[in-house]
Formats: sequence, C-alpha cells, structure tokens
Amino acid sequence: MAKAEFEIPELKEYPEIPPIQPGAMAHSKPYVAKVDFQEALGFPGELIDDWHDKAIEAMGDLLGKYRSLQVFLDSCVKCGSCTDKCHYYLGTSDPKNMPVARQDLLRKVYRRHFTFAGKYFPKLVGATDLTEEVLEDWYNYFHQCSQCRRCSVFCPYGIDTAEISMAAREIMDRIGLGQKYCNEIIGKVFRIGNNLGLPGPALEDTLEGLEEDVMDETGVEVKYPLDKKGADILLVTPSADFFAEPHVDGLIGYGKVFHEAGVNWTLSSKASEAANFGMFIGSYENMRKISLRIREAALELGVKRIVFGECGHAWRVAYSFLNTLAGPWDFLDQNYPIPQHVCEFTYDLIKKDEGKPEEEKVLKFDKSENDDMVVTFHDSCNVARASRMGDFPGGQFVIPREIIKTVCNNFADMDPDTVYEKTFCCGGGGGLLTDELMELRVKGAKPRMEALKNVIEEDGVTHMAMICAICKAQFTKILPYYGRGMDMIVSLHQLVSNAIVLTGQQTEDDEEETEAEAE
Amino acid sequence: MSFLTVAFAALFYAATVLLVVGLARRIYIYWKTPAPLKIPTTPAPVTTGGVVLRMFREVVFFESLFKGSKWTWLFGWVFHMALFAVLFRHLRYFQEPVWGIVEWTGPLIKYLAFAMLIGLLGLLARRYFVDRVRYISAPSDYLMLLLLLGIGISGALTTFVTHTDVVAVKSFFRHLMTFNFQTMPNLPGDPLMVAHLGMVALLMIIFPISKLLHAPGVFFSPTRNQVDNPREKRHIVDWARKLEQ
Repeated sequence: MAKAEFEIPELKEYPEIPPIQPGAMAHSKPYVAKVDFQEALGFPGELIDDWHDKAIEAMGDLLGKYRSLQVFLDSCVKCGSCTDKCHYYLGTSDPKNMPVARQDLLRKVYRRHFTFAGKYFPKLVGATDLTEEVLEDWYNYFHQCSQCRRCSVFCPYGIDTAEISMAAREIMDRIGLGQKYCNEIIGKVFRIGNNLGLPGPALEDTLEGLEEDVMDETGVEVKYPLDKKGADILLVTPSADFFAEPHVDGLIGYGKVFHEAGVNWTLSSKASEAANFGMFIGSYENMRKISLRIREAALELGVKRIVFGECGHAWRVAYSFLNTLAGPWDFLDQNYPIPQHVCEFTYDLIKKDEGKPEEEKVLKFDKSENDDMVVTFHDSCNVARASRMGDFPGGQFVIPREIIKTVCNNFADMDPDTVYEKTFCCGGGGGLLTDELMELRVKGAKPRMEALKNVIEEDGVTHMAMICAICKAQFTKILPYYGRGMDMIVSLHQLVSNAIVLTGQQTEDDEEETEAEAE
Repeated sequence: MSFLTVAFAALFYAATVLLVVGLARRIYIYWKTPAPLKIPTTPAPVTTGGVVLRMFREVVFFESLFKGSKWTWLFGWVFHMALFAVLFRHLRYFQEPVWGIVEWTGPLIKYLAFAMLIGLLGLLARRYFVDRVRYISAPSDYLMLLLLLGIGISGALTTFVTHTDVVAVKSFFRHLMTFNFQTMPNLPGDPLMVAHLGMVALLMIIFPISKLLHAPGVFFSPTRNQVDNPREKRHIVDWARKLEQ
C-alpha cells in the first residue's frame, strides 16, 4: 500500500453517510499560479490590491452573462437533497464539501451585494461580506469540486455546483488568484499544442514507436499518421494517450479500428490535445481559444470528419460546446456527427457488421483474447451527465457497454446507484489531478472504490475499463492507496485492441500451422 | 371604516403590487440573461416536446428530489400539493359566483390543510434533526417554515374551530378587487383572521426577495429546460458572437 500522511477511508459493504466534521479539509488547497502563467491567459499576475471590489464587479459581470449562475444563486431552498451526493463529502465528511454548502460560499456574498434581503438583513438570510477568510474558503473549497454534476441530478431545480465553481474560479482568476495546475497547462496548450508540452518531433517518435510495436505484435503495418494533409478524419485525443499507461493502449486500439475500417486518418501536432482546461477554470474566452486550434487544424489538413479519443471533459467540450465555440462546421462532411466519439465510430462498425457472415465483417474479434479479465465499466462524469453518444438519450451508457460486450466474454456492472447518471467521479476531475491534492483525491475516490470492491467480491471483477484520460490517470495513481494494483485500469479501446483480429494478422492457430508445415 | 379595515386594505394593495412587480422583474432578469452554453443534465430530451415533459415531471412530481431524498420528497410533495389544493379552495372567497368545481370539491379539500401542516412539520423536523441540513440552514430557512405553519394553523383554526364571519371577509376582498370603497364592509376583528391575513400579506411581500424564487427559477434552469441537440443545432448568444468579430 502506498504511504500516506492521512487516513485512507475504510471501505464499507453498504455506503454510509458520514456525520459532518467541520473544517476536516480546510487545509486542502492547490498551489497558486505564478505570475507568468496568469498573465499568459490574460489574468493579473498576482492578487491585486483592490481584489474585493474587482471580485464583486466580476460577479456582477458573470451574473449578467450566465443565466445558470443567476437562477441557481436565487433558487436554492436548502432542501438538503444534494448534501449526501458529493464524493468529496462522502470521503472527507467536511460539510463545506456538501454541494449546497459549497455553493453557499459564493451565494452568501451574492446575497450581501446583489439582493435586498442580504443588503438589509444579512444575518437573517446568512449573507456575509467577502472577507479574506471567505476568499480563502473560496480558493480551498472551489478547488475541492471536480465539476462532476452529480449534485445536479438530485436537485429539484437542477442547480449544478459545477456552474458555481466555474464562476468562482473565473472570479478568482480575474483578481489574480489562479490555480497553478490548470493555468500552467492551458499556457502549454497555447505555446506547444498540448497539456503535456510534447512538441511535434516527440509525437512523431512516439507514433513511430507504436507502429513498430503493433508490427511486432501482429505482423500488420498499422499506421499512426501525424499532420497528414488530405486525410479524411482528424483524430483529436488527450495527450496522455501518447505515452501514459493504460491510455496509450487505447490509442493503439483506435489505430487498429481505423486501419480495419480502411479510413484515411491523421493526428495533428497543432491540435494534439483533446483536453480543454478552459472549462475547468470557467473561462469562456480561454475555452474558445483552445477549441479554435481544432478548427484551424481541421482546415489546414483539409479533413472531412473529426473524431475524439477517450476523454471525459474533452468530450463534454466537444459534444456540447464545440459547435458553439468553434463552429459552424459547414466545411465538414455533414453525413457524420460533428464531432464524433471514437466509441460511436467503433460501435457503428459493430452495428453494421451484425448479422454478416464472419468473413465479411469489417471488425473481426477474438473475444477469448480478453478471457483473462472480468471487466466492469466506470462511467466518467462528463460523458455520463454532460454529453451524449449516439442518437438517443443514454447512448453514452449503452454504447461503451455494447462495445465491451462485443469484445469481452466477462462483464459485470457495479451497484446501480454508482453508474449511469448516478456515477461517481474518480476523484481527480475538474482540474484537481495534481499531487498537492492527493489527500482529497484519495478520499474523493472512496465511493467508487467501495462499489469496485463489492463488484470484485461478488462478481470476481479483475479490471475496470473507462473512457477518460483523467479517470485513468487518477485511478492508476490512487488504487495503490487502497491496496490494489494500478494494472486493474484499462482503456476501453485497449479491450478492443486485444480482441481485434487484423486482416492478415498472424493468429496463434496460423503460427501453429506454419510451424507444423515447417516440420 | 375601521382603522383595521383601512390598514389591511392598504397592506393588501401594497403586497399585491410588490408581489407582481417583484416577480415580473425577476422573471424579466431570468428571461433576458443569456445561457451561452448547452448544459442540460444528461441524459436529456432531444426534442422540445421531451423538454416540456421533463419539466412537467419536475414541477408536478418533483422527479429529481424523488431521486435524491425520499423523506424530503414525501414531506415536500405533500406540502406543495396540499397547499395548491387549499389555495384552489380559497377561490371561493374571491369569486362571485363561485365556480361549481370549487363549490363541490371544497368540503373535501379543506381537510388537506392537515396534510399541508404534516408536510411542513416534517420539513421542519428534518431541517433541525439532520446534521447536514441543519448546517446549511440560515434563520430565514426556519422562519419561512414557521410562517407557512402559522398561515396553515391560523387558517385551519378559523375553519375547524372558531368560525369567523367569512361572508364579511369575502365582501371585504370583493370590494378591494373592484376598487369599490363606498360600500366596503369592516374587516372582522377576529384575531385569528387578522393573524392569518397578516401572515399571508407578509408571505406575498417576501416572495420575490426570498428563496421562494425557486418557483419561477425552476422553469429557467438551463440544466432542465435545454434540449440536448448541440451537434445538430448551433447554439450561440449575442455576447459570445461578439467574440467572433
């Protein structure tokens, strides 16, 4: 088990709602962004002198721009329905991690400055001034929200704490109090093209390496092209897919599917990142700027379609916002969804293959290649509650599971209260995937770890598949704290990759035959 | 006219103006504030008809609250539905002639006052006894429940225990509604009735400046009222379009 300076939550057979422990996570906060990172995004370098007035001004500005913020700050009746729904509350017991209490950190200042009751009867309605202590609470607790939207499912008015925490982060950025992890990464995207700061030549090397690996493994020449002009499909994928485990096994899988489908595809060094951390910091301008790279890359390469790799929040920005931020996409082929998820791409082929004789299928699978696993599927929050796949509501749950069942013999779902729209965050989403927040990340993973433990014990699950780069990185890091191996985590297209039989691929039977003939 | 009558006439005119103007202003703000991004909580309906149905289930059955907390749902739903029924029965104090349906259902509906009070007491108990809910409660959250309880109890008492001269009360409101001050009768000085009416006026006044704004708010909630069709239809608001120039 990994070493920790904090207590690892005990996993129970039945989830328990902990009693509140005020201040339990008051110490948890991410590093503050340095001057350079702030200024690169158009924000003040450090906390400005008149931060109080500017913060109130920023709040007023956002209230006029976002109906969600205005309606959500007014509508809460403190019914308590959300109080036991946040994974950070369930894992830390800190009452300020209850969604409504987190919102109230902003709401109490909103009431003080923007409502009649808060201006004249502040004590009565719980309104307070924006003091230094309140600002500190803002910084600490709005960085203990992974913007997973689970609370919004259970709110009678659909209040989404993600909207509130995005607004709070935008206000803090505008007064010079930004978060290092997110803002440094956004700077890298602007300078180099991706979150990890991998330059073009490094990408090229990596992709060549992948081609060699696939060649060694299968004897088939599968290409992983970069910046190929005239390609039909631009694949935009999280940069973790280029080297992190198990992300890269997913990328190998996408390549094999494209190869078998016979499509002409490419990656782009300019848009070598699907992630869009502009969403995490609630900055429309930055989110838009990051999205426009994809438009530019698509135009430069002359592609007809855009497909996104496995990444949760990237898919939210792609599916829900890309048309708004970087559209209209009139220059792309309108016969395909714009953009399309790689799972939709694979699922379409599987659907078309249904009922065909084996030799005529585009994608041929040997499911027994995954027989060493019993797989469960972790719905990633942004895919589950902030986007869709396919042409029917809930396709985002059905399609990944159908793919898994097509390529694996053994599948078991987790507790229904922890999957589909009620899925729990991995604990590292929303711009919190940084080492200084490890305690929060480990504790926030508790509800998911509990459900996983139960499905391991009841159904013998050995692996958990997922379609989000952040989930994959988070789980591989925190599983050891719960005494489990990081190799439990697999990419969905890694399962596809394991089972797919490439045209001309040497299978084990073939090898035996060749050996027999040689003898 | 007695002082009480004049005072309550003025109070109800003021409360009505504040309620109507305050709510209209709030709704106008919600209406004109843009929603720049598509943020329905998914799975969400893919058609406008689907959204209407989703909103109907939310407003009539409290669908999301049902998913979230069964006890709160039970008390909250019973309270709201009983309140609407009781309000419907109150039409008889303002109509001339009274609609048949109001007349016929009245004798049954009046017992729903108890359902309303049970719902409110349940909500109050939960607010106090559940540590998480107590933590998030401001004084106004308790006072709102107490005010509603006060209205319900005083109303139930005048119906079931001490009978006020409701004919005179009705006549008072009919005259108010028609701005007819010549023949306006005096409002009966029954303390229960005075308390009931005073608290109702207070509720009307604080409606547009309190959490009661959840009533119009739910209809404007983007996570509930948006159609899930961002790929099919480009969604863009004016301030965002300006960034494109």
